[in-house]
Amino acid sequence: MDLFEHQAKELFARHGVPVPDGAVARTPEEARAAATAPRVVVKAQVKVGGRGKAGGVRLADSPDDAAEKARQILGMDIKGHPVHAVLVEEASAIAREYYVSYLLDRAGRTFMSVCSAEGGMEIEEVARTRPGAVARVPIAAAEGVDAAKARAIAAAGGLPAAATEAIERLWNVFVAEDATLVEVNPLVLTEDGRVVALDGKVTLDDNAAFRRTDGLASADLNYVKLDGEVGIIGNGAGLVMSTLDVVAQTGMRPANFLDIGGGASAEVMAAAMRTVLGDPDVRSLFVNVFGGITACDAVASGIVSAVELLGGVDRPIVVRLDGNNAEEGRRILDDAAIPALERVDTMDDAARRAAELAAGV
Amino acid sequence: MAIWLTERSKVIVQGMTGSQGAKHTARMLRAGTDVVGGVNARKAGQTVGGTPVFGTVAEAMAETGADTSVVFVPPRFTGDAVTEAIDAEIPLCVVITEGVPVHDATRFWAHAQGGRTRIIGPNCPGIASPGASNAGIIPADITTAGRIGLVSKSGTLTYQMMYELRDIGFSTCVGIGGDPVIGTTHIDALAAFEADPATDAVVMIGEIGGDAEERAADYIEAHVGKPVVGYVAGFTAPEGKTMGHAGAIVSGSAGTAQAKKEALEKAGVLVGRTPSETARLLRSVLAPAVA
Repeated sequence: MDLFEHQAKELFARHGVPVPDGAVARTPEEARAAATAPRVVVKAQVKVGGRGKAGGVRLADSPDDAAEKARQILGMDIKGHPVHAVLVEEASAIAREYYVSYLLDRAGRTFMSVCSAEGGMEIEEVARTRPGAVARVPIAAAEGVDAAKARAIAAAGGLPAAATEAIERLWNVFVAEDATLVEVNPLVLTEDGRVVALDGKVTLDDNAAFRRTDGLASADLNYVKLDGEVGIIGNGAGLVMSTLDVVAQTGMRPANFLDIGGGASAEVMAAAMRTVLGDPDVRSLFVNVFGGITACDAVASGIVSAVELLGGVDRPIVVRLDGNNAEEGRRILDDAAIPALERVDTMDDAARRAAELAAGV
Repeated sequence: MAIWLTERSKVIVQGMTGSQGAKHTARMLRAGTDVVGGVNARKAGQTVGGTPVFGTVAEAMAETGADTSVVFVPPRFTGDAVTEAIDAEIPLCVVITEGVPVHDATRFWAHAQGGRTRIIGPNCPGIASPGASNAGIIPADITTAGRIGLVSKSGTLTYQMMYELRDIGFSTCVGIGGDPVIGTTHIDALAAFEADPATDAVVMIGEIGGDAEERAADYIEAHVGKPVVGYVAGFTAPEGKTMGHAGAIVSGSAGTAQAKKEALEKAGVLVGRTPSETARLLRSVLAPAVA
């Protein structure tokens, strides 16, 4: 799960990484109250990059000014992310900007620090045009980052020794919070010689939610809205992605990604169907299940019960069942004789039929 | 013959006394797997459906000659269970458990380096050599024994492909899992299939994210002589939710289905646009050998 900047900074502070004084505001009045420093920055809280360039970060010279800037930023839409809150922070006098992150190195099956003395908004451009200016330092999982390793990371990226302590503490955030990404851009050296994390991006590992006590973890239905017309429900992320691709090849577009995973109880299926059919853009629904451990008869019963739970459906449904107990599953669907439901035997043919129905053929 | 798992494999189940472990132990036994024991420190000395439970992996290996472990323990205990298997030097450890924290997987993979244990998974359906042995949750009855090797990140796509090509059959099917850190990679399986006299061709299934398929393509170009057919899921999947610049800096353009397809094709791999087309391509590369 991705965290908002203010949540990331709370974790930083918990582990002794210096951050500016600040508070979250959800209204202009709250922003006015939060503007206790002579000069503050009002920053949109959205989980997407490029907010500075979009106008989501403004300086303010008084509490009234902070309220006005918050009024302008709250409600903005930044790359599809509406702004519901701003972070009002004491402005820092910046001498230098650095970039520091920890992340997973999938290829090396270990961790890595990426750091650079040229932090700031153009870091991706720096990485592209002058890769030598961005250091990548492998970290052995068994050893981690101690003071000596932190010094080595700072030296590799051309950061001053003063940044060493923050680099070591950010590693503690990464490990103790079960993060898959901790990124500070910029980590700044202030004019009075302090090292401060001016921004923070943290991604927590959802799999480690059982170790958390602060509720910072989520287990959402595995649903992603897309902009097509054919609703998709399937089991297993790979098969669902493949289903999107097969539908896209018919010329119609998938309306969503929805993976019901291993279990397919009537409740799960009903929740999935309610979610997908709740999208008014959906003109047909394609349910694509290959029963491995999941038995197709259970899936079929789930679909029949789900239609009952929903009080019927108003758009056509195409179902393809294969694998474990497929014959029995198909019989259950045929016996239920749901008017809106068609059963098609192969994935390719079912995708074509769902596309035809969405196109109104 | 097959890779890594054969009719001679002796299998123990870590977490056999749990509901998933018990259910899948019964399925593995029905599939002909030689399951010789389970491991649970608190239930040592008991039996589950006639199969003895041992206190530790080392004890189970000493008593039964087990060379393969299948892990079903819950995520919070998986790191310890796999570490125990590595310390006992079991040759193959198949980690089925879904939801293992990536920091734990990274630690046990590091611990396994220089040791004797091959890890498959975590979050994988396991490994099946049809007609010989089945270690994990891959359904035994959707395909037959034959001469195709299969390696896949995705569980259900593994099953789909096994089913599409059930008339030809498979030497071994390996579900390596889709987690960011996994013990056995596409490359490991490709190398083993290349060396396996009972495998004539390989189907490789990938999905978006990371650059494992790109690296596999480089490996195929340099080291694999047998025909390889590929499939990549996720051409229309939404852009990943990776936040910040770190991912982009590290992976560049890698990670998209299109980039993976192009890398594989450049290495001479035929890449299908759908599972059914991929199966047709596999038939076409096998046709000369069959004739």
